[in-house]
Amino acid sequence: MHRGRLSTIGAGAGAWLAAIAIAFPLLWALLTSFKTELEAAAYPPSFVNFSWTLDNYRAALGGGEYFAALWNSLLIAGGSSALALLVAVPAAWAMAFAPTRRTRGLLLWMLSTKMLPPVGVLIPIYLFYRDWNLLDTVSGVAILLAAGNLPIAVWMLFSNFKEVPAEILEAARMDGALLLQELGLVLAPMALPGLASTFFLIFTLAWNESFWTLNLTSTDAAPLTAFIAAFSSPQGLFWAQLSAVSMLSVAPVLAIGWLCQRQLVRGLTFGAVK
Amino acid sequence: MSSIILEGVTKRFGTHLASDHVDLVIPDGKFTVFVGPSGCGKTTLLRLIAGLEDIDDGLLLIDGIDMARTQPADRGLAMVFQSYALYPHMSVRSNLGFALMVARRPKAEIAERVDRVAAMLDLSRLLDRKPAALSGGQRQRVAIGRALVRQPKAFLFDEPLSNLDAALRAQMRFEIRRLQQDLGITAVYVTHDQAEAMTMADQIVVFRDGRVEQVGAPLEIYRNPVNDFVAGFIGSPRMNFLSGRYAAAYGVPTIGIRPEHLDIAPLGKWQALVLTVENLGSEAFVHAELEDGKAITVRCAAAASIRAGSRISFTPSDTCVHRFDADGRAIAGTDANFMLESANAP
Repeated sequence: MHRGRLSTIGAGAGAWLAAIAIAFPLLWALLTSFKTELEAAAYPPSFVNFSWTLDNYRAALGGGEYFAALWNSLLIAGGSSALALLVAVPAAWAMAFAPTRRTRGLLLWMLSTKMLPPVGVLIPIYLFYRDWNLLDTVSGVAILLAAGNLPIAVWMLFSNFKEVPAEILEAARMDGALLLQELGLVLAPMALPGLASTFFLIFTLAWNESFWTLNLTSTDAAPLTAFIAAFSSPQGLFWAQLSAVSMLSVAPVLAIGWLCQRQLVRGLTFGAVK
Repeated sequence: MSSIILEGVTKRFGTHLASDHVDLVIPDGKFTVFVGPSGCGKTTLLRLIAGLEDIDDGLLLIDGIDMARTQPADRGLAMVFQSYALYPHMSVRSNLGFALMVARRPKAEIAERVDRVAAMLDLSRLLDRKPAALSGGQRQRVAIGRALVRQPKAFLFDEPLSNLDAALRAQMRFEIRRLQQDLGITAVYVTHDQAEAMTMADQIVVFRDGRVEQVGAPLEIYRNPVNDFVAGFIGSPRMNFLSGRYAAAYGVPTIGIRPEHLDIAPLGKWQALVLTVENLGSEAFVHAELEDGKAITVRCAAAASIRAGSRISFTPSDTCVHRFDADGRAIAGTDANFMLESANAP
């Protein structure tokens, strides 16, 4: 019994250490964001006894660039996620409830497109976008990210829908539900945790995406990723300000994640437990 | 009220013939039971009638109109599923009213019809509950209620009692049958349980490998099975099948005799060694081994004190011996010659 308690404490301590190690960069950036530029670059670094300041946040929020970037990020992440779900829900529905011999292969093939290095198609897509006037537009980036996240969305929804008994959808069909009613009134409410976690995952992926956003936007459609990148300016690095901007970019996703934590955990482990 | 007629209904899954040119009449207002071992195509045929699977070939006449290509909802049939298939996120009230809601019936009419069905099935107290808060039997009643609300032409039941415990199953069996009789509605009921088929059906349809083996009233099938498959499937305990000298005495390769048609008597025609005795209180089944090593089951009175390891002798009642040819087909067997022949048999 004594040994059992010791090992519990040991495991707890180990878990905390691992958690701090993983979260350290984020925590360090959080601390740095409250320092002056001088203190941020100081060596050895100080942990708490520095003069706390909000100047970096004031500077980052001033000028309105942050809010323009935030708005673009919301539009791009939200729009691409909505667009991806719009296509992924019917696709996953068909694959889960009316599978053919090729369904498995199709799913694997879809996922294999994620293994393509994006830089391999940068030039053709860039040229396309230039000719179709999609460069530096929110819709252009949103469409691209929606397409990029589609395989993940279909996979997640497919495994979620698989957990819904087909008989319930058949019962709805017998009851006279049209296809859209079957999807909207029966399937969607039952698969809500899965839908929510899928939306959140692809939303986060789109929010964090920086390869395409950096390459295809410049000013009008630049999201937060581009805003942060812009801080590595020719005048040198401003660590404290950069940290403040990073915190401001992470905050919205963190807040959303916190709010739908319960749904998310249920969705991501759906079917794994039970 | 409606009759359902199937003509040459065929369904293939790849190369597998799940339904092989089925011709069948499901009479108006009667309780028809599809029975057979698992994989015999009975559920597939029910789903073909429901419209949940597409018919490859053949006609499906509901009230004389071919509905083989009609959408499930437009066939006017209601189905009760094995897993109940209730909508888990809706209350019992919404479950019952769902079909009327999607059909855009007025609110007042939906409420009235839901209340009427709920009262009929003793669900009135449970209308605001979710399915998860109901017992198995209550869920089953909601599933039946959901079908009932639509006032369908016919009810389709897909093994609806297989998830219930034995006591509840017997009760629901009775309730479903009573409801069907009260409403005089056409019902098709799929089960693999021959006892369910015998007790509930007006008409039994026995399936094997996607084909109909025999159609008839329960007792008719029990007494005059057309082949050894039907004879062995209907009846519990199973019919005894004997060959060799036992069958030769009746002039055929195989005979079948039910456990209740063997009379234990001191100077019986056949002898056997008792292996086990199943005493049910009202009757007992003796499982024994014949002299040629074949197993045989004999029914006797519970009071008969027969013990494992003892020897018994018994005599078949000749009018109840079923004779089968080499292909397993029943040979009409109670003509005078046959009686004479068997009377002289050893």
